[in-house]
Amino acid sequence: MASDVANSDQNKPASKGKPIAFVLLAIAAVLFILGLLDDYEGGFAIHPMDQFIVSPLFGDGPVHWYTPTNVTMWMALCILSIVALMVMGTGGRAIVPSRGQSIAELVYGFVRKMVEDVAGKDALPFFPYVLALFMFILFSNLLGLIPMSFTTTSHIAVTAILAAAVFLTVTVVGFVKNGTAFLGLFWVTSAPLALRPVLAVIELISYFVRPVSHSIRLAGNLMAGHAVLKVFAGFAGAMGAAAFAPIFGVVAIYGLEVLVSVIQAYVFTILTCVYLKDALHPHH
Amino acid sequence: MADTAYNSGNAAQGGEAASGGIPQLDFSTFPNQIFWLVVSLAVVYLVLSRVALPRIAAVLADRQGAISKDIAAAEELKAKALAAEEAYNQALADARAQAQDIIAQTRGEIAAELADATAKADAQIAAKAKESEARIAEIRAGAVKNIEAVAKDATAELVTALGGPKPDAKTLKAAIAERMKG
Repeated sequence: MASDVANSDQNKPASKGKPIAFVLLAIAAVLFILGLLDDYEGGFAIHPMDQFIVSPLFGDGPVHWYTPTNVTMWMALCILSIVALMVMGTGGRAIVPSRGQSIAELVYGFVRKMVEDVAGKDALPFFPYVLALFMFILFSNLLGLIPMSFTTTSHIAVTAILAAAVFLTVTVVGFVKNGTAFLGLFWVTSAPLALRPVLAVIELISYFVRPVSHSIRLAGNLMAGHAVLKVFAGFAGAMGAAAFAPIFGVVAIYGLEVLVSVIQAYVFTILTCVYLKDALHPHH
Repeated sequence: MADTAYNSGNAAQGGEAASGGIPQLDFSTFPNQIFWLVVSLAVVYLVLSRVALPRIAAVLADRQGAISKDIAAAEELKAKALAAEEAYNQALADARAQAQDIIAQTRGEIAAELADATAKADAQIAAKAKESEARIAEIRAGAVKNIEAVAKDATAELVTALGGPKPDAKTLKAAIAERMKG
């Protein structure tokens, strides 16, 4: 309670300077009060995995494939964010860009350069696909960091489909562009002849393990981070007034999670580019 | 299928402690997630490839065009400035050369005039000198004649004053001419 009063005192000077800081502090104060009102009578009643439950938006009915769920809502918000940045942000079409347009151009240039540098110029037809993956994962990750939100990319079902789509694309493109020469990917001509069959087996296994690692890396990172955040938050709730240390931990891990969100989106995208390079230029 | 979905959905609602698994491995929710994911990805892909990317590409191309146009214009202006500077220098050199010409010409004219005037003045001086010499000679001749007359008179007077006979004019003249020679 005392800290709540102190919090509201801090609001006053901040409100004169920066309205955004005031809004953030107000949200923090509201969340703090909500946390105090929440009952933690059962001691350590921490459910770090509850945040990942897929539930219908309306009512408690079964989750059919078409049911609008929290997955639907957060994916829709993700789409809205992407539209806001990439379409509304660039609405001015200015030669000297606005802030939003600068960010959109930055993302465009960043991913385009990545595709061009990693996968080569002939991979540029896949640029919209790669950018769509990058934007979707990035915004899903970042939206998942909003308190009480739902992180769609923390689910293996989602990341597995993303990775499988990349895997299928790469395999199909590889065979369409190179025919059977695509199999040269597994036949390492630079190695001694005796080693080649062994290498071929290893290459084949690594090729099929790619989508697994590709998907689990993303989902695992996000799930672990969010679960840890929730555990620390649970400690904070359970410890009451002595919650300073866990709150500090939550803040620190939150910062780390912002980094992880961006890096994982980047890693997923650059791996997609690497696989595309293999499909377009299968020779080592 | 729908039944299991319902059950595990309920289990999930009831809390994970009851079902024991993690929500990520609740396969009953997979069709739902996959369906919405495919829909979302399709929307994102369409929005990006149909609207956002052409627009950003056009903006970037416009900017590139504007920049290269500006650079070309700047280069053109620079060339023009250089040409103007050259023309200015040329004009300056021309003017200087012309000025030199004019100076040389004027100097020549002045020298010619001066020589002319000098020659004229010399001629005038020479003429005057000759004239003066003639007059001097004349005056001298006049003076000599006068002196003869005075000497004749004075000699006649002297001779008569000394008691001699009045000398006749012929002897007198010869004697004076004799003396004046010596």
